[in-house]
Amino acid sequence: MTRRNLLRASGSLVAASTLAGCDQFDFLGQRDHKMRDVLESANSLTYRVQRMLLGPNALAPEYGPSEIRQGQRPNGSTNPQTAEYLALKANDFADYRLKITGLVEREVSFSLDELRRMTARSQITRHDCVEGWSCIAKWTGTPLSALLKEAGVKAEAKFALFHCYDVLGGGLSGGEAYYESCDLIDANHPQTIAAYGLNDEVLPVSNGAPVRVRIERALGYKQPKYVYEIELSATNTQLGQGQGSYWADHGYDWYAGI
Amino acid sequence: MPNDIAEKQTRKSRDGLVYRQSVWTRVTHWVWAICLFFLLLTGLQIFNAHPSLYIGQQSGFGFDNSILSMSAENTENGPRGYTTVFGQKIDTTGLFGLSGPRPSVQGFPAWATIPSYRDLGTGRVVHFFFAWVFVGTMLVWLVASLVNRHLWRDVVPKGRDLRRIGQDIRDHLRLRFDHGAKYNVLQKLSYSVVLLVLFPLMVLTGLSMSPAMNAAWPWLLEVFGGRQTARTIHFAVMLLLVGFFIIHILMVVAAGPINELRSMITGWYRVKKTGAKSDE
Repeated sequence: MTRRNLLRASGSLVAASTLAGCDQFDFLGQRDHKMRDVLESANSLTYRVQRMLLGPNALAPEYGPSEIRQGQRPNGSTNPQTAEYLALKANDFADYRLKITGLVEREVSFSLDELRRMTARSQITRHDCVEGWSCIAKWTGTPLSALLKEAGVKAEAKFALFHCYDVLGGGLSGGEAYYESCDLIDANHPQTIAAYGLNDEVLPVSNGAPVRVRIERALGYKQPKYVYEIELSATNTQLGQGQGSYWADHGYDWYAGI
Repeated sequence: MPNDIAEKQTRKSRDGLVYRQSVWTRVTHWVWAICLFFLLLTGLQIFNAHPSLYIGQQSGFGFDNSILSMSAENTENGPRGYTTVFGQKIDTTGLFGLSGPRPSVQGFPAWATIPSYRDLGTGRVVHFFFAWVFVGTMLVWLVASLVNRHLWRDVVPKGRDLRRIGQDIRDHLRLRFDHGAKYNVLQKLSYSVVLLVLFPLMVLTGLSMSPAMNAAWPWLLEVFGGRQTARTIHFAVMLLLVGFFIIHILMVVAAGPINELRSMITGWYRVKKTGAKSDE
């Protein structure tokens, strides 16, 4: 009504914003708080709705070669230091084998050369980091579905678990080996590949050499690097602290579709 | 029920009260208010994980397609925070880039994020929870407002509303408000833009950042011109909504906070009989 009221209003708005201090909601960061469970129920809703909207074979967008305008930005682990990995790296991964284990008819394993001799798939896709940035690169590898077919996945299997050479975290526990899992829809998706090539070169160590699994309809943290074993399983709760992946155990959504 | 309201209407109209806001309008209003509070503050938490905005599909590390970024640098005068907008570098120490009592390097300051400390995982959990509630409320509001005709009758501006816009702007500038039973044209315009343009734009640009949605609805990326452009639009719409919020609160206070709050809580609004005629 009056200018005085308007001034008073502006004043109270400024006052309100300075005392906003949102640390009263910091309890939401406590993983064991019961509010946290309520909020995290939205993650499973997202997973179910996206699975409904998304045909099993709907492809992530692919780009033309002109869209590769920079190297693939490395993030997370970029140089694993475990003795086992260093020994393999010293020999240019000649002794590396990718194992398929668990609920399969026959456990099989593949050397890098064997993987390279199989029918390859190349795709120029966008890698979306959970932090917010995106990077387009060409990934070349063997479709995971072909490897799973050789092993013969048993009907009871519901998840593919990925075991990796890199160790994340640290502190008192000394860190833990990276682990990831996906459902069999993602595992058998045509763009899901065991990638050994990046931008027409051999996959470098910083991006996950010798093999990184690409799950293209998910965020970057669901693209496990340095993978040495893919285990088929009826559950994924036996991994880490039970949420199904390293980052899910650290407060992130397991499915990583958004 | 309608009889009940009609009866109350006649009784209360003697006191100059009209039943202005249906229960659907009131409940969705307050649910949105709570959602937007959490969406904004967790959104800033998420932004802080990579406080830069780009145009296009990807983020330029080997080339430059950034239009906004927040960063900190060591200078002769100690560490300073900077915001670079369209190539213009501005010192924003204390607010953007570097802030806090023990200065820390971060985009938005701790008081503007949930949680106050850096926790992208929690920010995302809270953000997506309220995003679902927000979208659900939008659907409830849309259906209710189509059925009870609130959308067409009260919100969408018509030709005759728009013809009064000059007068309405002059009235607002003089803080002279028309306390009619209906929204004035500036209200109709701003509510239409917020509800029918900004809210859907926010949801769609949010979905455009989802790699799974990009596979399900590839047209999203084409409409918005790439994932990073969608992220930039998501941010710009946030700024517009914050701007709307500030003006909204100022207008409520200036127009009479008790009356405005009562109508958004109980539905009953006191119309002014003197002076300006309502457009009934």
